[in-house]
Amino acid sequence: MSQALLTVIGEDRPGIVAAVTQALYTAGCSIGDASMMRLGGYFAIMQVLSYPQDLGAVEMALDAAVKRLNLRVHLDPLSSVAADGGAAPDTRVTVFGADRPGIVASVTAALASIGFNIVDLESERSGSPEHPIYIMVIQGRAPAGIAAVQEVLAPLRERESIDIGVHPLETVVL
Amino acid sequence: MAVLPILTYPDPLLQRPAVAVANFDAELRAFVDDLIETMRAGPGGVGIAAPQVGRLQRIVVVDVRAKLGDDCHGLMVLVNPDLIAWEGVAVGREGCMSVPDFTGNVIRAEQIRVQAQDIHGEDRVYECAGFEARAVQHEMDHLDGLLFLDRLVSRKTDLFRRKVYKR
Repeated sequence: MSQALLTVIGEDRPGIVAAVTQALYTAGCSIGDASMMRLGGYFAIMQVLSYPQDLGAVEMALDAAVKRLNLRVHLDPLSSVAADGGAAPDTRVTVFGADRPGIVASVTAALASIGFNIVDLESERSGSPEHPIYIMVIQGRAPAGIAAVQEVLAPLRERESIDIGVHPLETVVL
Repeated sequence: MAVLPILTYPDPLLQRPAVAVANFDAELRAFVDDLIETMRAGPGGVGIAAPQVGRLQRIVVVDVRAKLGDDCHGLMVLVNPDLIAWEGVAVGREGCMSVPDFTGNVIRAEQIRVQAQDIHGEDRVYECAGFEARAVQHEMDHLDGLLFLDRLVSRKTDLFRRKVYKR
C-alpha cells in the first residue's frame, strides 16, 4: 500500500464525509490520521490514506462524489518518511486579544525563530462585530524548552496587546 | 515476583467492571507485589490497575515519585478505592499501557480525596493533586471498565480551563 495526503474542499452540507469515505472504502483505500472541519461556510477534509493501486484509480473512485457535491480534490503522494506521525506536542500556546491584523504572523515568527515546530493550530474569530476578538491555540514541540518559548513571546504581550499563555503539555503514560 | 502481561484494547476484560476485594491474604499481597513490578517495568511506570493484567478486582497502584520526587505520597496501594471529593478541573494529555501509541487530551479533577483500604485492609484517606491526582483517576477508571478513550475531549473544548466547577 502507498500513502497519499487527500485534501477535499466544498461548500458545507450534510453528507460530504460520508460520500468521500464511502468512495474511498469502495476503492480499497484505508484512512489514517484525518482532520476535518467547517471553515467559513466550506467544509475541509485533510487525511492520510493508504491506497492499493495508483492515485488515478483513487481519483476515479471519488469522481461521482466530486461531481455530485461540487468538491475540489487534491492528492499528494507521501514518502514513507513524511507519513510518520512524528512526536507528540510538548507545549501549548494560547493567544487571545482584540482582533487586528498581524497577530498570527508575529506570534508564529517568534516561535519559528527558536525552532518551535507547530503540530496543530486552531483559531477562531469571536466577540461582537464592533469588538472582534481573536483566539488561537497552538500545540507544538519546543526543542529549546518551554522557558525559551516564554522568553521569546514575552515582548509580544505589550507590543501587540494580546494575552499569551504558555503551558507545558506533558503526556502522562499510565 | 513476576512481570505480568498487560492486556491491550480491544481486550473485552478492559471494559468490564471490577469487583471489590474481600480477602486481604497472602495471595493478595503476592499479586500486588507482581502488580507493582509490572507497573515499574512499563513505559510510564507510575500507575497500574488490576484489570490491566486481567484480574477484575478493585486494586490500583500509583507511584509518581519518578515524576515528582518526594513531593507526593510515594507508593500507594489503593484497594476498593472511592473518590469522596474533588475540586477543579484541568486538561492533560494521557497515554495508557493498554492503549499503545495513542495519546489524547482528557479532563480530570485537579484535587481529589480518595478513601481506600491498604494491603492489610486498613482504611486510609489520601489527598492528591495535579499529576498524582490525574494518575489515580486514570487508574480508578480501569476499575469501572473505562479507558481514557472514553473521556477524550476535542481540542476545541479545552480552549479555556474552567477552574470554578464544584460538585
